[in-house]
Amino acid sequence: MPTSNDLPPQTRGLTAIAGAMSLIAILLIVQIWLLSAALESFLSGKLHTALSAAIFSGVMFLICLGLYAFVDRVDSEVRGSGNGG
Amino acid sequence: MNWLRRGSSEPLWKEEFSVRTADERYVTRRQLTKFLVLTSLGMFVGNIWILIRSIFYKAPIYPHQRVAQLGEIPIGGVKLFSYPTKEDHCIMIRTAEDEYVSYSQKCTHLSCAVYYSQAENRLECPCHKGFFSIKDGAVLQGPPSRPLPRIVLEARSEQLVAIEVKG
Repeated sequence: MPTSNDLPPQTRGLTAIAGAMSLIAILLIVQIWLLSAALESFLSGKLHTALSAAIFSGVMFLICLGLYAFVDRVDSEVRGSGNGG
Repeated sequence: MNWLRRGSSEPLWKEEFSVRTADERYVTRRQLTKFLVLTSLGMFVGNIWILIRSIFYKAPIYPHQRVAQLGEIPIGGVKLFSYPTKEDHCIMIRTAEDEYVSYSQKCTHLSCAVYYSQAENRLECPCHKGFFSIKDGAVLQGPPSRPLPRIVLEARSEQLVAIEVKG
């Protein structure tokens, strides 16, 4: 039975990148919702929600940044192995 | 002329910039990832902007403005006026002998003008059928998610005076 190790490095890299991109997309949707909810709350005069919304949004941005770093690393690794082989 | 010498089915740019298909996919995905992360940064900056606005928020000072005379409109009657600025249209309804309520006339959904439905005893937005309670301006039905801002009225020597906007 073939395992993921049997796949060529480029295919594995693309799978990892696709997974990371899916996670980023999900986080982005949550962030868009959070921004609209924070704005709605601000406009209705509830000022205390802005801080927690900003913190959560910042955390999600950092996760996105981490995933981007992961994508970048996988990409350069796969390119390196591709060039070497 | 370049198009005369083209023999293959590949576009000219692919011939001149021979990039391997796998690499091409990498570049596109990496660019999309970068774009998504930048959008995420934009969302974060938006939230920071809201936070800064919240921190430096100053409650507005409302003028005191005469709206009507007591008993000027009949029970169930309506008077339109502008408060606090000329662009902020408001609606006042006399709901009982000594009871007046007043709200912003701007629907909290898409800013259509709401009107008073005496038959249903509620404020109605004709655009998307958003209905508001006459008692407190709360949403009864429809797409609006926030209640109508309420104009605080005060009776001063036979005069109704608007003193504040709440909500």
